[in-house]
Parts: sequence; structure tokens; C-alpha cells
Amino acid sequence: MSDLANYVILGIPFGCVFALVAVGLVLTYKTSGVFNLAFGAQAFVSAAVFYNTVTNHDWPLLPAFILSVFIVAPLLGLILERALFRHLRTAPAIAKLVTSLGLLIAIPEIVKLLPDFDFLQSSVFNPPTIWPNPFAYYHFGDYVLDGNQVATIISTVAAVLFLSGLFRYTTIGLQMRAVVESPRMTELAGINADRVSAFSWMLSSTFAGLAGVLLAPLFAQLAAPNFTILLIAAIAAAAFGRLTSIPLAFSGGILLGVAQGVLGGYLPSDSILSNGLRPSLPFVALFLLLLFWPGLRQRREIVDPLSGVDPPPPGLSAGQRMRLLTYTTWVLGAVVIVVGLYVALFVVSSFWLLIITRAVIFSLIFLSITVITGMAGQISLCQASFAAVGSFGTAQLAQRFDMPVLLTMVIGAAMAAVVGALLAIPALRLGGIFLALATLAFALMFESIFVPLDWVSGGVLPTKVPRPTLFEGDRAFLFLTLGLLVIVAILVILVRKGTTGRYLDALRGSETAATSIGINPARARIVAFALSAGIAGLGGGLLAIQENQANFTANFGVLFGLLWLVIVVTIGARTVEGAVQAGLAIAFVPEILKALGLSPAYQFILFGLGAITYAKHPEGILEYNKRKSTETVQRWLTRGKQPPGGEDGGVVRARPEPAPVAAGNPGGES
Amino acid sequence: MSLLESTGVCKRFSGITALDDVSITVEPGEPVGLIGPNGAGKTTFFNCLLGLLRSDEGRVVFNGRDITRMPVYKRARLGFGRTFQRVELFTGMTVRDHLFVAERARHGAGRFWKDVLNLAGPTSDERERVDHTLDLLGLLDVADKPIESLSLGRARLVEMGRALMTEPQLLLLDEPSSGLDQSETMELVGTLQAVQRERGTAILLVEHDVEMVQAFASRLYVLDFGIVIASGPTAEVMGDDAVRKAYLGELV
Repeated sequence: MSDLANYVILGIPFGCVFALVAVGLVLTYKTSGVFNLAFGAQAFVSAAVFYNTVTNHDWPLLPAFILSVFIVAPLLGLILERALFRHLRTAPAIAKLVTSLGLLIAIPEIVKLLPDFDFLQSSVFNPPTIWPNPFAYYHFGDYVLDGNQVATIISTVAAVLFLSGLFRYTTIGLQMRAVVESPRMTELAGINADRVSAFSWMLSSTFAGLAGVLLAPLFAQLAAPNFTILLIAAIAAAAFGRLTSIPLAFSGGILLGVAQGVLGGYLPSDSILSNGLRPSLPFVALFLLLLFWPGLRQRREIVDPLSGVDPPPPGLSAGQRMRLLTYTTWVLGAVVIVVGLYVALFVVSSFWLLIITRAVIFSLIFLSITVITGMAGQISLCQASFAAVGSFGTAQLAQRFDMPVLLTMVIGAAMAAVVGALLAIPALRLGGIFLALATLAFALMFESIFVPLDWVSGGVLPTKVPRPTLFEGDRAFLFLTLGLLVIVAILVILVRKGTTGRYLDALRGSETAATSIGINPARARIVAFALSAGIAGLGGGLLAIQENQANFTANFGVLFGLLWLVIVVTIGARTVEGAVQAGLAIAFVPEILKALGLSPAYQFILFGLGAITYAKHPEGILEYNKRKSTETVQRWLTRGKQPPGGEDGGVVRARPEPAPVAAGNPGGES
Repeated sequence: MSLLESTGVCKRFSGITALDDVSITVEPGEPVGLIGPNGAGKTTFFNCLLGLLRSDEGRVVFNGRDITRMPVYKRARLGFGRTFQRVELFTGMTVRDHLFVAERARHGAGRFWKDVLNLAGPTSDERERVDHTLDLLGLLDVADKPIESLSLGRARLVEMGRALMTEPQLLLLDEPSSGLDQSETMELVGTLQAVQRERGTAILLVEHDVEMVQAFASRLYVLDFGIVIASGPTAEVMGDDAVRKAYLGELV
């Protein structure tokens, strides 16, 4: 019995830290509609500043604590709100999520590159605690806590008391509660909702910063993966509070910490369960909560009353192009492709040949994002896991059963498709942000629970994969990948313009209306998920064949899945060209950075910050630029001939006028 | 046998009774109106009929089949068509595409392998049916325009056309006049009557524009505070004192 109590007490400090970030998540989500994944990165920043000032510069604890938690953290929150999220208020929830995802990727890398913070490049142990006496132990009856644990509990209690006092007794607290209920109503009452939202960003960022400073000593290490655990645990806690209730989110955090402590105490310390399950408890908890927590399942994301007023996303530029220009583009495109192929196949060195092959394979993988995000309008953060399934399948079947590798590649893709469909079935009721979070949890679970298993990954060392018999040479293999890319691209185009694509278009436009004409949303989405996972799996298998091994860590970690999504939606998720350009970017940018003598970390910063443009141009920068240049050229070509906007001359209208057409609000007045 | 029959439908939202024992019938081919002041539970009832909300008690029978627990898309395939109070359209699609996708969805058609083999293009039969409906609603001139460029009145017609493509036996219209002016509303009534003449579709019209209902429906149900307070032929119901009091308030 006292054992149990002991484990519970051990879990409470972790629970406190989770709870702090969870409260921040709910606070920002409700006041500004942003589910800010970047809190994980912001917590990391504060922890890094605290470490740097105390350990490297010998500051006393108090000023270091004030600087990292009460100055740096809120300032960072304020900057993010002012520079980015304020302008995204009417953007779709997905745009906000992608932006915060980009920040989550970019911010830690930016910090690591700062001149005084290069110590973060290697592992940092024994981060300082905010408790003045780091080696003190305190006895509470039979139980012992160290200084940092005491400090964690005390500061969390203080933070909660502060927050409830703020809500209950101050004007700004009252205004925040009002904004939470309805931002627009509050504005109509003459309150500046922007100011309130900026304040809540500073407040929740402070909570995240505090959590970061407290978290590092709990793990006795300042390492980025621990902050992922923190973030996911906080998301799970927020999901427990249905993303809306601060007290429930707080209790969820505490519960999760306690569960982790108890689980760690009772599971035998050397078993697979203990090694795999204990650290991944937050991931499992998040996944199960999202799928089964009542209230979350039927819940769609917060409907912004203004969303119906926003102009609809512009159509694809191809739809508004005049015929002459279309033909010119085709001819030019064909010339570019032929010349490019000639250069790729006969001119370049074998090194660049590898990079080009990589670009082709990634273009193929990215077509899976074209399907799930561009066509079905869903954000999936586990495409890398699907690709990993394909690569493991390809490698393991070829290795263990001696099957021809081209066959195992196809089987691997089919296996990935099955996994995708199986994941889609429970996740179907979730829309938008909840689906994105569930796929993120799935990716983390896959990495921490399944990948370590021998029958999945083949052990610690990557499984070797042979090249298929006819395509052993690098040039021949490039031919093979190109051929597959063309086949998959045609498949994607056919599905897009076929009935499945139309159903998905309709569902994306208005799910209520689509079901009202007899479209089965579940079936359409399962097809989209399976197709997307299958394509990703095929690409994963190809990558394994190219590299002669199924290497999970180098290619398919969770972070890669996030990065892929961000790159593709930034460049253009709706078209095949978008996927191809994204493939070129992910293959060539690291090499270009290397050639410039820059750290490859810059690619995370580049692509992460690139995601910010997504909110402005949801069709992707490629489509945006194409449309802009099409407009310019056509205006130039047709100058003096016809007034712009004339009928049927193929002249482009800059943008369809915003119509009083509302989308995505189920149920009218009820 | 009635086309649609709801018996004793109740719906409560955490203590508030939004619908209390609502029973209505709609006969095949009949234009029926459901009116009531704001907050009377019209849209709630509508959503219960369609399966967007789950009623707490009661049954809904359509063509002799109990559909109380049936998912929305299956009801649609049985012969329920609907329009929305706040227009729900597929952004990015043309007017013709709206009708075409509905034509396809009618029987849940669309096998994946057909897409892959490029056999999913519109057949001449489908094209004809779409054009016919566009003509009926007077939408041919905007058929290939993006939906975003249409006015609200015509956007409502597109919704109606989309619903008609599923060959509904019953068309449920949720406040089709909201946001339209007097002449647009009367135009809509004309179109509705034309549709009814040609297709013989039963129509359940939820409205609070009394004039429109009077011009269109042959029978009325009046809902107030979740209870049916009157029903019967339109002229009779409109003369009923209780209705005038509930609905028109001091104007009596």
C-alpha cells in the first residue's frame, strides 16, 4: 500500500508539469483558436535559457529564473501572437495547426544555432533546478521528495492559485473568460479581443516556460525528446478536458503523471513492456483518449462564426488559364522534363544521381500527402510511419523468405495500405485537428512501441535490402523509380478526377451536404487513407531498396513525418507538381546548404518557417505563384483587347467574388 | 400508407425539452408546411428527421421502414432530399459538378477500380439528367460557373437541384426564403411548384415566412415550444386563434 502511495507521489511532479502546459494549450486554444504545438519548443527555449545563465554564466537562481520564465517566455509568446497568430484568426484550424507545427520544428533548431547556445548541440546533463539547495531531501511522514520535486509542486500550486485569482478578481480575467465564450461578442461589447488574446498568449507561454524549466531536472537531462513527451502528455491532458475545460485539463495532466509513476513502479523494470510502454504512456493515452473519450468523438472543432464570411479558397490556376498559355506551358514543361531526364541519366556524377533518385522517391512519397491532405482535406502526421511499414515489409520479406524484392515492395505497400485503413476506421469520427493529433499519437506509438520489436524492424541494425535483378545499377534504378512515379502520379490524377475525388471534394466542401445526397463519408475517407498509406509505403520500400537497408532513424522518425507534411502543404498539396517540387526540395536543399557550408539544421528552420506562408496561401506557394504569374501574363497578352472579367474569352478574373456561401457549419440554428 | 410518419418524437438538451411528442405525417406528393416562431424547435425536428440529431424518444417511419437510427447518407439513398437554412455548398466546384456528384451519389455508385481505369467520366445519360434539372431550375446559363460566383438566391436553387438529382420522394426545405427578398421568394415558390408538378415530389417546408407558406403548402403543422399546437389545411390553421396568438402575437 505504501508502495502505491510512493509511486503516486513520484508521479505528481511530472503530472504538475504536464498540467501546466495543458492549461496553456486550452487557454490559447479557447482564446485564439490556435492549438499551439509550439509550446513544446517554447518550454525548451526557457529551459535552455535557464541552463545557460545558471550553469554557463553562473547567474544566481532568482534572476535566471525571472529571465527565463517571466521575461523570455512571455516575450516569445507575445512575438508569436503579434507576428503570426493574430493574423490567422479567421484562418482555418488546419492552417493554424500547420503554422504551430512549423514553429515546433524550427524554434529548437534556431536556438541551437544562436552563438551562446551551441552547448545544446551535444547532450546536456544535470540541468540546474530552481530549488536553492539541489541536494536537499525532504521527509513527509514516510515519503521522501527532493528539492526539485518540492519546487515543482509549489510553483504549480502557485500558478494555479494565480490563474484562478486572475479569472475571479481582475478585469482582464473577466475579459478572458468572455473571449473564451465568444470572441466576437466580446468585441461587440467594446473590448479589444486582440489585446486579451495577446495577454493570454503571454500567460500561457509563461506556463509553458515554467514547465520547461521544471521539467529538465526531473529527467536529469536537457534533451529535445523529453519535451516531445511533455507536449504530447499535455495534449492528452487537454484532450481529457475536451480542449475546453481548464480544470479538467489540469486534472488530466496530474492523472497522467500519476499513472506514469504507478506504471513505472509496478512493471518489472527490465521487461519490454516497461521499456516500451512506460515512456510512451502519454502517446498511448492521447491516442486512446482521442478515439474513445466521450464528447470528443462527435465533436467538430470550434466553429468560427466568421468562417462562413471568408472568401473561399481560390481554384487551381489551371482552371482559369487561357488555352494558348496552357499549350505553351505544356510544351515548355515537356522540354524541361526531357532535358532534365537527359542530364539526370547521362550527364551528372554518380553522387548527384543518388540525390536525383532520392528526389524522385520523395516525390512519390509526397503524392501520398497530395491524396490525404490535398484531396481529402485531412491532416495526417503519420505518413512517415506508413512509409516505414512499407520499407520494413520490403526488407523483412526479402530477407527472411528470400522473395524477389520488387514483389516484396508491392506487398509492403499493400501492408501499409492495410495499416492506413485500420487506422482510418477508428479515426473517422474525428475531424480536422483531432484527426491530426490522433495520427501524431499513432506515429509516436509506432516509433516507441512497434519499431523496437524484432518482427517489425528486424532488430537494432537496419535490415539489408538487395536491389532488384534488372535494376542493380544506379541509372537503371533511377529509371525504375521514375517509371513508378509516373504510374502513381497518373493514378492520383485519375482518382482525383474520378468519382472518389469528387466525393472527397464534396466532403471537403461541406460534410453535412455531402452526406445529405448519399455520400458515405466513412467509406470515402477509408479509401483515401488506404490509398495514401499505400503510396507512402511504396515510396518507403523504394527508399529502402535505394539505400540497401530499411533505416528507420535516418528516414522515418516522427519529426520527418511532421517535416514532410509541412514541406508539401507549403509548396502545394493539391497538385502533382507540388509533390514533385517538394520532393526536389527535400532532396536538394540539404545538399545546397552543405555546399554553402551551412548546417543541415537550417533545413528545419527553412521549411518550418516556410509553413507560416501556408496560412496566407492555403493552396501552397507553388499554386499561388502560378496563379499570380498566369494572371500577369494573360493581362499582358490580352491588353487592350477585352475588359477584364469579360465572358468566355478565357480571360482571367483575378478571383471569384466572395459569395454569401457558407461552408462547414452543420445544422443551422439549432 | 403515409410517405413519412413521425410518432412521439422527443428531444431534450440537458433539461430543456426542445421537442415534445411531435407526430406528423406527409403523404406522397403533398406540399406540407411546418411553421412556428423562432426557437420553436423547427430545425431541431428537421435534424431529427434527417438523422443529424438523435431523438430521445419516438419513431420515424419512411415508406414503411423504421429509419429512426439510420445514418444520414442511407436516408438520402432511400429518398430524402434536403436543403439548408445556411447554404451548404461544395466550394471550388462548378454548378454542374454539384448536380453531377449528387447524381453519382444517389445509389452510392463509384467503384474505385473505375476511377483507376479512367471509366468514371459522366455518361451521356447522366449528362442528360443533369442538364434537364439545370433547365428546370433555370440554371443552365451558370452551369459551368464556379459556385462562389452565384448570388444567394441562385445558390439556393443549386442546393435544390443537387437534392433533386437524388430523385427524392420527399424534399425537406429548411427556411429556403431566409436571406431572400420578396420577389426572390415568390420566384422560389414558382420554381417549387414547377418541380412538384413535374416530379410529384412531396415537400416538407420549414419556414417562418407566413406568406410563402400560405402560397405553397396545402397542409400545415404549427410548432411552438416543441409542441404541435395546430395542424390541418392551411386556410383553417391560419385562422386558428391559438396559432395567431403564438405566431403573430399582439398583431391579432
